[in-house]
This record gives sequence, C-alpha cells and structure tokens, in this order.
Amino acid sequence: MSLVSAERIKLFSTRSPWACGLLAIALPVAFTALLAAQAGGDLEIDIGATQLTAGLGRSVVLVLAALAVTSEYRFGTIRSTFQAVPNRSAALLAKALVVAGLTGVIGACVGFGCWAMFRLIKPNAGLALDSGQDWRTVAGQALVFALAALLALGVGILVRQTAGAVALLLVYSLLVESLVTLIPKVGQDIQHWLPFFAADRFIGVGRDNGAREVVDLPLTPWGYLLYFAVIALAVLTAGIFSATRRDA
Amino acid sequence: MRATIGRMIEASGLTKRYGRTVAVDNLSFTVGEGRVTGFLGPNGAGKSTTMRMILGLDRPTSGDVLLDGKHYRNLHQPLRTVGALLDAKWVHPNRSARAHLRWLAASNKLPTSRVDEVLDLVGLTSVAKKNAGGFSLGMSQRLGIAAALLGDPQVLLFDEPVNGLDPEGILWIRRFMHQLAENGRTVFVSSHLLSEMAQTAQDLVVIGRGKLIYQGTVEDFIAHATETTVLVRSPQLDALAELLRIGGGTVAPDTGTPPGLRVSGMDSAEIGELAAANGIVLHELNPQVGSLEQAFMQLTGDAVEYHTHEEASSA
Repeated sequence: MSLVSAERIKLFSTRSPWACGLLAIALPVAFTALLAAQAGGDLEIDIGATQLTAGLGRSVVLVLAALAVTSEYRFGTIRSTFQAVPNRSAALLAKALVVAGLTGVIGACVGFGCWAMFRLIKPNAGLALDSGQDWRTVAGQALVFALAALLALGVGILVRQTAGAVALLLVYSLLVESLVTLIPKVGQDIQHWLPFFAADRFIGVGRDNGAREVVDLPLTPWGYLLYFAVIALAVLTAGIFSATRRDA
Repeated sequence: MRATIGRMIEASGLTKRYGRTVAVDNLSFTVGEGRVTGFLGPNGAGKSTTMRMILGLDRPTSGDVLLDGKHYRNLHQPLRTVGALLDAKWVHPNRSARAHLRWLAASNKLPTSRVDEVLDLVGLTSVAKKNAGGFSLGMSQRLGIAAALLGDPQVLLFDEPVNGLDPEGILWIRRFMHQLAENGRTVFVSSHLLSEMAQTAQDLVVIGRGKLIYQGTVEDFIAHATETTVLVRSPQLDALAELLRIGGGTVAPDTGTPPGLRVSGMDSAEIGELAAANGIVLHELNPQVGSLEQAFMQLTGDAVEYHTHEEASSA
C-alpha cells in the first residue's frame, strides 16, 4: 500500500498527467460534439457511433502511461525509486496499479462523456442505454483505456526513451494496424488478431457501419477484451522482467 | 582497536564489466562503522559504478557487496538503513522539492512530518513548494542530502558531493559531513580530490582503473605514499651521481635549471656527508616533503585512464 501511495504522489505531483488526462477527455468529447452536430445521412446513429472519437482519448492515454515511466528514466528518478524499493517488480506493479486506476477513470469519463454529449445534441436519436451491449460500449471504455495504458507502460519500461516509446505506440496504434489490411489475401485475417482492433471490437465501434465488410470475427466481444488484456499484460510483464534484469 | 569496529560496508571481489571494458576489477574493501571513509580515485576509476552496485542499482558481473551483512535488495525499507546521494540532478524538474521527498517518504512508510524536518535541516523550507528544476546545483545538492537523511539512516553514501559547488556550498557540505560523523554515522564519500578527503575522512579506500590501490587510514596513506626525496644541485653532478649510486641511493635527473639530481633512499644528512668526504661542492641540498596530492598522483598515476598526450609522452 505504501508503494501505491508513493506512486500516486509521484504521478499527481507533476503537470503532464493532469494535462494528458484533461486532454484525453476534452478531445474526444469535443469531436463528438462536432460529429453529433453533423450527424444524419451517411452516419447511422447508434450507441457505437457515440464512441467513434474515443480513440483520440485512448491515444493521449497511451502517451500519459508511457510518460509515467519514461520520464523517470529521463530524469533519473527511476534510480531513486529502485533505491527506495529494491523489489523492482513491486515498485513497477504499484505504478501499473496507479496508472490503470487513473486511466480507467479517464476511460469512463470519455465513454460516458461522449455518449452524453451525443445525446445532448441529438436527444431524439434513441441513445438510451438499454441493453448490456449498450453498457459495454460506453462503460467498457474504462477497461479498454486501463488496459491500453498498461500496454503503453510496458512499452515505456522496455524502450525507456519518451520519444521512442510514444512514437512506437502512436505509429503502431494509429497507422500500422489499419495498414495491415492492405496486405493482399491475409491482411484482414491478420488484422483480426491485432490488439487495438481487438479493443475496438470489444467496444463495438462502427459495428453496424455499412462501409465495413461484414465478416465473421474469430472472437466474441468479451473474448476480444480478454485477448487484449492478455497482450497488454504480456507486454507489461516483459517490461517488468527486463527492468529487474537491467542495470538501473 | 580497529578490530572492534564493525564492518558496515563489505565488498568482496566486486567486478563490473561493460562489454570488454572492466569498470570495477576484483575490488575488495571494508568501510568501518561510525567512521568517515573517503573513496578516492581519478575520474573514471569506477567509483560511481561501485556505489551503484552497493545500492543494488547495477548488478555486479561477479563478486558481492554487503551492507551490515545483508544484500541491499534484502533490506526492509532501505531508506531507514542507507541514505545516498549519487546525483543531485535525479529529480523531476517539474516536481516540487517537498513532493519529491514526500513520495520517497511514502515508499518507506516514513511520516510526512519527517519531510518537513529534513527540509528544515538542509535549509530548503522556504523553497519547499518550488519546482526542483529551478534549483541551483547547491540547492539540488541540499535536496539530495535531505532525501538521503529522510529515513534517519546509520549509513550514508555520497558521490562527489562537492563537485561543481561554490566555496560556500563546499564549506556547508564539509561541515555537514563532520556533523554526521559526530553523530556516529558511517559515511562513505567519494571524491577525485585528495585534499577534499583529507579535510573530511578518517579512512581511505583508493582505487584506480577499478582496482584497489590502498585501504587504511588517511595518515598511513600519506606516510606510505609520500617517498621523501632530496633535491641536490652541484657543479660535479656526474661524479656525485656515481657516488650516490654506490652509497645505495636511487638517483634520477632533475630537469630544472641548473640541472640537479633527485635522490631517494638517502636523507639529506647522508648525502651531505658523502659529498664532503669526497670533496664535492654542493649548491643545493633540499629535502622534498611529499604533499597529499603528490602521494595520490604517485599512486594513481599509472592508473589514470585518460592521460593527456603531454603527460603520456613525458612519462
């Protein structure tokens, strides 16, 4: 518990997590307002449509989580951390817990914030949360954000440099996963097993979007969440393992 | 008497390799309880690497270092046992001094009141809420010392604490270390300046190129390392040199003007008598007392990793 409070003090005593946190919420909610105002016509309005911009917030959260550890390497405080807590796994797990907690709250704010904003602008679109599926789409952002943050934390521990970790995370999540579909024949099959695609399938973003080819997906939404969780935790574990082996 | 002093830090066969470079080479030494021990060596001798290994930050390639008989990683709440200042710049620039100490305190279950105590102790109370990034080196150093003292530890490690400080800062650190020693704490402090160590330390561990050169008291080090030489000038240098060699002295030419001889293994009385008995005129007979810095240079001269070219060619 003392380790968790140390990490909590650490995270909230600098400005960047606050700035990232606010940006992660404000950005998707603001874009949702624009989207909702122009909605109709092409865009089929359902609960999934309210979450179309949540990915913006998720990208900012990736940066927040990576920074939480790369800034420690950048400024040498990781050494003070390991000096105060020689059990590096425990120290990094405490950090993971705090980061997951914060980003989970951010995810919930984004999920419900975007939904509320959309509903405010389109009150007649029938956007009440009626089914378990609807709840999963909105509240599920908390889980997706927290797991994405753990993955980013793992990458941060492995890479250690802010620029490298952030570039890797953003280029991968924003570009690589969608470019994979350009590979002839196997591209789409590969995409079905990529982590952020899996996270989106759990949320169900654009599931009824007519533009997307209807294909059989290998996993159910909850199966996809589990799959995403396994990948995120595997990356985090790899990070923690390498930190216990390396010189600080 | 020395035997009754407990061994607070005990390194045995400590070795650290980075690829083909050997930073620390089979280093064994002990640091006595309740004493100030200087850790001396030229830049790049492996002092910081050794300190990082003591604190469990770097993993030794081989060998071991124990604190009060335990590995650092097995210490429960280590800040209560060992305080260290390795680099004053290891703070987040946008975090306040107080917040920096607060998270350290929390990690070892130390009360927040202790944070304010140590801030007061190092005189940073008035800037406690300011971001550490705006601190001068002297202030950062004080913050680092505050962090080291947080857990009221019996053992303190400081790596080059006076490096880059202004005279006022140096004086403050020096006084502070004396105070710590008077409280009976074990202090292990590194420096590349022997004169600094002579001011603060009782014992010395001297290393060069990662190898142990000397371990013992400061007094013994100076006696052991400063070989007294005698500078002789005479118009009959060649004849004198021959006589001195026969008499059992070691003779080296001195390149001053006029040229002279640097004699070791004989004192000035013996040389004077020898010259008089053989009718040789002496213009100068000057015993040279070795200084601390000379002693240090003499011992570590071969072990300095990066000679300048001038030094290398004249050596």
